[in-house]
Amino acid sequence: MASILHERYVVERDDYANAGKVSSSIKEKLKLAGIPSAVLRRIAVAAYESEINMIIHAWGGTVDLDLMDDGTVRLVFKDPGPGIPDLEKALTPGWSTASEEARNLGFGAGMGLPNIKRVSDTFDIISSPEGTTLTLSFSAANA
Amino acid sequence: MKAEDIVRVVKAEPIQIWNQHLMSKDYTCAFASDLMSDALAMIQDSPESTVLITGLCNSQVLRTAEMLDIEMIIFVRGKVLGDEALRVADEMGFNIFTTKLTMYEACGQLYEAGLRGING
Repeated sequence: MASILHERYVVERDDYANAGKVSSSIKEKLKLAGIPSAVLRRIAVAAYESEINMIIHAWGGTVDLDLMDDGTVRLVFKDPGPGIPDLEKALTPGWSTASEEARNLGFGAGMGLPNIKRVSDTFDIISSPEGTTLTLSFSAANA
Repeated sequence: MKAEDIVRVVKAEPIQIWNQHLMSKDYTCAFASDLMSDALAMIQDSPESTVLITGLCNSQVLRTAEMLDIEMIIFVRGKVLGDEALRVADEMGFNIFTTKLTMYEACGQLYEAGLRGING
């Protein structure tokens, strides 16, 4: 399986004003690549929640987008820390450590990671104080 | 319910009409929340036909709508977008309205008029 489209995006720490721009770019790029709208919507939701998480909880990071030759879309969100202290709790709907600023934006309801997991075809997360890597994939066949 | 009827029921004023043709489009349901994560979790099956009603008034509402392919947004309690959010809105193809009704009143009146929730 080879990548036929690769893009790297940078998400800046605490950049609330531009939150969502990367996800918007990802959605536009994949739309142009012909990804069906139903799966594209799932990808956009997962990308947006993950981007928001990077801004709210992490010190920024990078997003790698790959469209594979079999139609699979892979997204890798990598941040430099501070890591998720209790991953099990973070995956529990309703559990949140978000700041007041994040809540004022309409986020921090404790639905981010559960949402991302629900809409993704594969979901893998590794976290330590040195950083978190979230790898998601979506099959265009599962529209 | 047609968009023009939805607007009439809640006595809404336009903030941005991107696509006049959508005013005669039928919307099948509405979803109301100030929590964008709830919106992202709940409306994914038929978002093009869903109206988003919210008291949260910032660019993240617009981004959420963009991700979900929502076309119509109603802000309650007479809220309007600030300049920064308006610039974001201008890049996107939404029809955006504001009503002086509270969230409860807007939802109640639309439900009574026949616009159901996302679960029917």
